[in-house]
Amino acid sequence: MAILSAHHVTKRFGGLLAVSQFDVEIQENSIHSIIGPNGAGKTTFFNCITGFYRHEEGSILFKGEPLDGLSPDRITRQGIARTYQNIRLFQNMTVIENVLVGGHVHLRTGVFGAVARTRGVMAEEAKALEEARHTLRFVGLAGRGDYMAVNLPYGDQRRLEIGRALQTRPALLLLDEPAAGMNPSETEDLMAFVRRLRDELGLTILLIEHQMRVVMGISEVVTVLDYGEKIAEGTPAQIQRDTKVIEAYLGRRATA
Amino acid sequence: MLRRLLRRVSGTTVFMWLIGIAMLVVVVWGVYATLSSGRYKASDWIDLTVYGIAQGSVYALIALGYTLVYGILRMINFAHSEVFMSGPFIGYFVAMALSQSGFFNRQPFVSLIIVLLVAMTVSTTIAVLLERIAYRPLRRAPRLVPLITAIGASYFLQYTFLGLFGSGIKGYPEVAQLKGYWPFPGTSSGILRTQAVVIVSAFVMLAILYVFVQRTKTGKAMQAVSEDKDAAALMGIDVDRIIVITFVVGGALAGAAGVLYALLFKQVKFDMGFLPGIKAFTAAVLGGIGNVNGAMLGSLFLGISESLFPNLVLDGLGLPAPYQLKDALAFIMLVAVLIFRPTGILGERLAVKKA
Amino acid sequence: MNARTRSDWMAPVKSGLMGGLIALLIAMVGLVEVSVKRPILTADGRILLSVGQLLLLLPIILMCYKAVQVFAAGCEKVTDRLGLLATGALSGFFASLVLAALVLLGRVINLRTVFIRASPDLFNTLTFGLGLGGGSVVLLLFGALLGGLVAAITLLPDRIRRPLVLGLALVPLAAILTSALFAGRGFSVPVALLVGVVAAALTFAWRQTQPKLQDRVAALSPSGQRTYQVFRWLLPVAIVLALPRLGAYPSEVLVNVGLFVLMGLGLNIVVGFAGLLDLGYVAFYALGAYAMAVLTSPEMTWHGIHLTFWQALPFAVLASTSAGIILGIPVLGMRGDYLAIVTLGFGEIIRLVFLSDWLKPFLGGSNGITRIPKAVVGSIALDNSPKLYYLILAGCVVAAFVAIRLKDSRLGRAWMAMREDEDVAQAMGIDLIKTKLLAFATGATFSGLSGAIFASKLTSIYPHSFHVLVSINVLGVIIVGGMGSIPGVVVGALALVGLPELLREFAEFRLLMYGAALVFMMLTRPEGLVPEARRKLELHEADGEV
Repeated sequence: MAILSAHHVTKRFGGLLAVSQFDVEIQENSIHSIIGPNGAGKTTFFNCITGFYRHEEGSILFKGEPLDGLSPDRITRQGIARTYQNIRLFQNMTVIENVLVGGHVHLRTGVFGAVARTRGVMAEEAKALEEARHTLRFVGLAGRGDYMAVNLPYGDQRRLEIGRALQTRPALLLLDEPAAGMNPSETEDLMAFVRRLRDELGLTILLIEHQMRVVMGISEVVTVLDYGEKIAEGTPAQIQRDTKVIEAYLGRRATA
Repeated sequence: MLRRLLRRVSGTTVFMWLIGIAMLVVVVWGVYATLSSGRYKASDWIDLTVYGIAQGSVYALIALGYTLVYGILRMINFAHSEVFMSGPFIGYFVAMALSQSGFFNRQPFVSLIIVLLVAMTVSTTIAVLLERIAYRPLRRAPRLVPLITAIGASYFLQYTFLGLFGSGIKGYPEVAQLKGYWPFPGTSSGILRTQAVVIVSAFVMLAILYVFVQRTKTGKAMQAVSEDKDAAALMGIDVDRIIVITFVVGGALAGAAGVLYALLFKQVKFDMGFLPGIKAFTAAVLGGIGNVNGAMLGSLFLGISESLFPNLVLDGLGLPAPYQLKDALAFIMLVAVLIFRPTGILGERLAVKKA
Repeated sequence: MNARTRSDWMAPVKSGLMGGLIALLIAMVGLVEVSVKRPILTADGRILLSVGQLLLLLPIILMCYKAVQVFAAGCEKVTDRLGLLATGALSGFFASLVLAALVLLGRVINLRTVFIRASPDLFNTLTFGLGLGGGSVVLLLFGALLGGLVAAITLLPDRIRRPLVLGLALVPLAAILTSALFAGRGFSVPVALLVGVVAAALTFAWRQTQPKLQDRVAALSPSGQRTYQVFRWLLPVAIVLALPRLGAYPSEVLVNVGLFVLMGLGLNIVVGFAGLLDLGYVAFYALGAYAMAVLTSPEMTWHGIHLTFWQALPFAVLASTSAGIILGIPVLGMRGDYLAIVTLGFGEIIRLVFLSDWLKPFLGGSNGITRIPKAVVGSIALDNSPKLYYLILAGCVVAAFVAIRLKDSRLGRAWMAMREDEDVAQAMGIDLIKTKLLAFATGATFSGLSGAIFASKLTSIYPHSFHVLVSINVLGVIIVGGMGSIPGVVVGALALVGLPELLREFAEFRLLMYGAALVFMMLTRPEGLVPEARRKLELHEADGEV
């Protein structure tokens, strides 16, 4: 079953067609990659899904419900979380605070509760903290909770960003170039980690990635975008053989 | 269908539209009531409009300083109102010296030009010093930091001038040739000579600026920097130099505006910058901040509506002493524009946010 | 010995000239003139050192220190002691050169026609009363000596230097405070020496024993530690409660400080926690005050309601809170810098409307509202400052409690996240408008409370008490104290409201100093004097598991 489906999604910036008549179906519990040369419209599509941009045409359905026109916070509450290409943590907050912010939508405490600190509020906080610690352990940051996010090494910042996204308890996780700037062994770890996200947490993963090793290694379906248009879709093996892809993407690079 | 609509339209949007409609109703009702009462003659409206144009042309000169700096640094130069104040303040002392030597009475226009040049120099110096000392070190800081610095600098300058020169209201020496009216042929109304001089000089300077920005190499470089600082730097434009030039241009215009303002209202004082400053900023926002033509249009629009509004709208509503709320109007317009059309009249959409 | 190039000697000259220029500005805006009569050191009734003179010395000392630091940073270890001393002296010489130039200029032409503060008295102060020739020479020598002294102090070992500097700093501070609070005449030389030596000795001793004390505390049993904590808090609490004993005037100052602490705590939530720069904060202060006045003053007869302070208080606070929500809804979607200007506009609109004849029958117009009754607790009317102090203290304690609780909650985290990165915060599911609105309304509530107390304190209010400058004052308080820091608000209010109130002669320079403080803090120490501290959340886990 498709958890997310986009129909004829089009996004323009002035005269530029960033995404054009884009159709895609993301199957539940799959790892799905979107690839394409720089400026192909991948991140723009992410921004359309998460409500950060409003697409002019087409619609995006999540679990059968349209997301179009919803504000980003409401979309997150529907069960979609994301990370960013250039890591965007809350830098001057501690690691565990970052994760706790991710849990924001699942907590109830309002102004009065926060001031009165009733038993219910305290229990909720304790539970949130426990869950946040659990998430930190899951992403491999146990014991780093009190560090300032800005002081973490690069790889850990990536993990924290994923941890923060996980804390919103998404059904669909969008990862924007998670392997950027990683060395081969770190990349290897990341691939295993993404598989764990799917297998252990039952998430659906939609991935933008430039490193072909990652894309071909873990994805079940690969969609190729070029100049905002879908030019191919299929299993990694099919994509690798696709002449259009080789021409538009790999080929152009080979000749360059 | 209704459900989908409700999901998109939030309560705040509805609330805002209700405010907008209420404001519109009040304005229309007030205008209707005033006009149907027939309390004012056509010549009254002409006088008010001329006054508004004079005021608006001064705002335009100040507003350009806000808009140019905002275009390039994406920062509200809150201290610009003090740049505006400093020029005519020092110019006053020059005018007094000239007046004491008798030169002012013999050559009033030469003297005024000297005062104008002094004021422009002083304002430019203050603007450049501000940039160098207070803003440049903070160029990469979070947005609020330079804004708070600018607010601090504004009050520091205001009260430094108070401390240095005292709190008394200082009046420029009178120019005999500028007293009285020039009548409009065929009507009963006319234009005050000072107003005419102010409007003409302001428009001359605006024209010079327009040519500078549109035609010269430096002006084009300014546009490039305001479009994309990093790309401009890669193209070999010295961004720091362009920023300084922007402050120079803004400062010079503000200094000139200050002298014209002093001619119009016959006074300089340490806190004279606050209201014109915030109104000029309003005008800049009205026209679309970052947009040079918009700032000029917005200023004239604000100047005229500020001059007409108390009589045209509030009087009809039966408010006592409506002129007291004249300054409130500028603020209400500012708030309304930012709520309903934050891009202003001529504003291009602010650069799309990048994820 | 290092070879020094010409540019090495230009640096101290530059800092010296800069220090001199700052001192010149301080003199010319009149800060010196108003404070030369405030004594620090006296001998036989003659003033040896006044606050005015100290103000002239401070920038020179600071810039000499900077020059010396730059020099010391140039080499690994300071071997060139003579060079260091020379750097300080050079810097001090050039600083006093600026002032000497002013004195000379003042003799040649009459500066006073333009600069109203360039009085003979000022020149007298600058030349130590020795006349033009001799005075200038002494001034230059004095500057050089001062610079050399600054350099010499930096050469001392850390162990001695810190107590010495602290002693030197504490003597004027103590002298100024006693002179302001008890109309004292400053310290005579022996008293000053005594205070300085005692302060230095205490610091020295404290630095020796403090680490040991910490070890001892750490070694205590849990119940012992609890007792220690209680005792550690007991003394400050007792001092805070006893403060009105200082007298009516200090209490008056404290009440004003308290009002600003209360407002600062509110604005701190808006600016410090949530990162929303609200310059119209005074509007809510005004609303609280006007609601209190309208509901309680017997002058206001149009509504036929007359409440007591306590009956009116909830309504006044509620009025501000609702105004916060109503004004907040349209503006909170705006970007940060626009928000600042729009809220500034709102603040002015409210004041202009209160001032207008339009609402005069209801709000008194420019005549304001008078005869507002005082608060009464039991049978005690809070009609003087020492009594009002406790009312405001209670308000501040409540506000601080609320602020601390909110900060460490789901909401506080959402605010901080929003301050850090609004887009990402929204992508984490935070409803921006709602969350901003909560910050805005909470801030407005505190401000309204403060305004209500203010109205009852003065018993009469006028629109001009609610100028936008009040917002700037409060902003200054939290910027200087440290954005987001609750103790910072108290420190900021004491420094920016308390000191100028105590030293009345500086009242007219308040905004000058606020402006300077805002710029200076943003450029050198944007986190404030008492930076916001972070709670350790994960350490508790370690505690639990052990």
